[in-house]
Amino acid sequence: MIETERAAPLDAPRPAAGLRLLLVRLFVRLGVLPFLLLVAVLVFASLSENFLTLRNLTNVVRQAVYLLIVSLGQMLALLTGGFDLSVGTILALTSVVGASAMAAAYGAFPDLPWLAIALGGLAGLAAGTAIGVANGLGVALFGVSPFIMTLGMASVGFGIALYLTGGAPVYGMPREFGEVFGFGELAGVPAPILVAALLVLAMLLLVYRTRLGRSFYAVGGNLKAARLSGIDTRRVLLTTYVLCAFLASIGGLLLTARLDTGEANIGASMPLESIAACVIAGVSLRGGVGRVENVVLGALFIVLVQNGMNLARIESYLQTVVLGLLLILAVIADQLRLRLMASLRARGTQP
Amino acid sequence: MRHGTGSTGVSEPPLLELRGVSKSYPGVLALDRVDLELRAGEAHVLFGENGAGKSTLISLVAGVQTPDAGEIRLAGAPVRFASVHEARTAGVSAVFQEFSLVPQLTVAENIVLGDEPRQGFLLDVAAARRIARELLDRLGFSLDPDARVEGLARAEQQMVEIAKAFRTAPEVLVLDEPTASLTEREAHRLLALVDQLKARGVGILYITHRMGEIRRIGDRVTVLRDGRKIGTVPATTSEDKLVRLMTGRAIEQIFPAIPPVPCGPPVLRVEELTTGSGSVVGASFALHAGEILGLAGLVGSGKSEAARAIFGIEPLASGRVLLDGVPVETPSPAAMLARGVLYLPPDRREEGLAMVRPARENMTMAVLDRPELGPGPWLGRLKEARLAHELARRIELRPAQPERAVELFSGGNQQKVLFARALARPVRLLMLDEPTVGVDMATRASLYRLIVELAEKGTAILLVSSDLPEILHLSHRVLVFHRGRIRAELEGAAIGEEAVLQHFFEREAA
Repeated sequence: MIETERAAPLDAPRPAAGLRLLLVRLFVRLGVLPFLLLVAVLVFASLSENFLTLRNLTNVVRQAVYLLIVSLGQMLALLTGGFDLSVGTILALTSVVGASAMAAAYGAFPDLPWLAIALGGLAGLAAGTAIGVANGLGVALFGVSPFIMTLGMASVGFGIALYLTGGAPVYGMPREFGEVFGFGELAGVPAPILVAALLVLAMLLLVYRTRLGRSFYAVGGNLKAARLSGIDTRRVLLTTYVLCAFLASIGGLLLTARLDTGEANIGASMPLESIAACVIAGVSLRGGVGRVENVVLGALFIVLVQNGMNLARIESYLQTVVLGLLLILAVIADQLRLRLMASLRARGTQP
Repeated sequence: MRHGTGSTGVSEPPLLELRGVSKSYPGVLALDRVDLELRAGEAHVLFGENGAGKSTLISLVAGVQTPDAGEIRLAGAPVRFASVHEARTAGVSAVFQEFSLVPQLTVAENIVLGDEPRQGFLLDVAAARRIARELLDRLGFSLDPDARVEGLARAEQQMVEIAKAFRTAPEVLVLDEPTASLTEREAHRLLALVDQLKARGVGILYITHRMGEIRRIGDRVTVLRDGRKIGTVPATTSEDKLVRLMTGRAIEQIFPAIPPVPCGPPVLRVEELTTGSGSVVGASFALHAGEILGLAGLVGSGKSEAARAIFGIEPLASGRVLLDGVPVETPSPAAMLARGVLYLPPDRREEGLAMVRPARENMTMAVLDRPELGPGPWLGRLKEARLAHELARRIELRPAQPERAVELFSGGNQQKVLFARALARPVRLLMLDEPTVGVDMATRASLYRLIVELAEKGTAILLVSSDLPEILHLSHRVLVFHRGRIRAELEGAAIGEEAVLQHFFEREAA
């Protein structure tokens, strides 16, 4: 259309330039994730023949569930212009408190495993969400920067989790908990994937179809403008951190079911990985920009890379290096994208 | 230092000359082949609307930016300033409206900033203070060199900014609306200073909107419109002609006729309103359905703060706000919106729009509490899209794409998007704070039309503006604020430039 009219006379002798322009436009439109995904698949498929098997890819999805759920919450925090560094702690606290309560209840009523699971699950969710309430109150009411607030609460929560358990894993949960929520299947779909799918669906509805969902974008897009438009910005911020913690908490319970123990050390890599998943998926660190579908892909991508590196027998210490670099690369790509967008616009073409 | 040869220095090349200078920003041609000539000892006024290219022009002259095309000559020799510092060294200094002061530093530290006197590796604090003292004395500014800039009034900060520009004894001085925040006495002193400089042969490029200043110090006026030079005329040119040159149309074509003054019970009554910060003191007034009430005054006079206090953004110390005779206990944006009151802020980037979000979301941002968009917590996307389309049509959004991010629209269209909020829901009282800042004349004209339409339908309108023609031509009644108090109230035929302006400034001791 416009592209061919404009580009043909100039670029006809040099098809390479036309291809470059096309790539640049795709990059500006889609962001860095599709390119990274393509590169990752090509690289790992060539390194290991097991990588592109249905079995392995299903495995990737199953492993990605926990990060995915946490990233959904992280996205809300990023949307409103903040972030949550305490998601790891929330996972840990949920796991430890949930497992301890479950084990205690199971000990008291050995005949009622489902009562124990319900009580323990609620206790875990309550403990994890409480961290979010504290984060939200600090950010929304007292104006503490999300960085300090969530960093501080990460330390507080982690300390409590260690203190409660003395650092040791918690055993003694009913067998059914792990059997259903860790390894269970419904119509061939693993239970954790089912839970994650439901949460993604709920997030899609919340973010795109409700007034509250719109408020996240408005607050992140311009806090003052949102306030002048009658949006209760404090309530929105509070809700953001509570929801973020609630989601992380669900992730923590599912992970506890999978491991069959309550552990204080399970979420350590979550803050970095969830922020990386969001940023790679094009969620803006400045707030106001981000899409649920992309974050799902972003989380899958991170786990895909980890899985690929495992298959390629890359040492786990080096994997951490790769992950950090990917995060930084994603931010650089985002900056580059903004610049390209500006230059495309200056040339009078719509990206 | 060059000595003036009178304003008709024909034999010499002009002090500063611009030839075919162009500058574009992404998507905008801000300056289009502009020629300009500044003689030694001349005060040359740049005249034009916001967005006409004045600021771009001076930013090129002062070395903030470099031109894309054309050349700048200083005393006949082509120059290309890579930085403000380079321009200063070459003898071109500028005082911008946006201050370049570091608030945490003292007056003296700011004046020598970037070129501090030193003793070896160490700063020479005593010398800095001496330099500042001498400069301030020479300019006749009574400021303490050791005072921190953040503690100074805006006018005083302006003086520091001017003193800073004089540090290098410039041959060309650029002044961007220097009297905008000064009291009348301070403004007189500044203008006297400009006279002195002219006598010494300094060429002055002066931006102002005030006719009085053009007459008082101006020699020639260059009119810019939409990035182009329209012409250079003597400063004695009549106001009507200048406005016609600036806008390309007669005044009647810009401002619609306002409907006759309505009568009836007031929508808004404000009683003895005093804000916590003291920015408004004891203000009382009423506003009726269909009436346009203009609030005029200098920046910081309390006109904007009064509107913000009514909307609940500025904390109240005392006084009452009554809507339809019912007192509003604790005004807050949400509570006021629920009562049909909307305030549109002056700075669209700062507190008006979520720039990264689509125009649609920005237009409907203030309707999220209304049932029209869907039941309960749900947001009907189709309903919203339909509303956005309707609003885009009414405000004549260009391009008519509500899904585009607001930051991709021109300033004028961004301002329209902001205004669309007033059309998105029933509004009984609309408070507009500088509704046409930085927008072109065509947008202005259509915004004015929308404002008058709303008034015709019975919306009470509070128009806070620093743009005098806007106040003069759109208001049924005008309140002039001065130092937080209502200084004067003018109505109907009594509303005139002189009548309004005389209340802006300190009364001078007779």
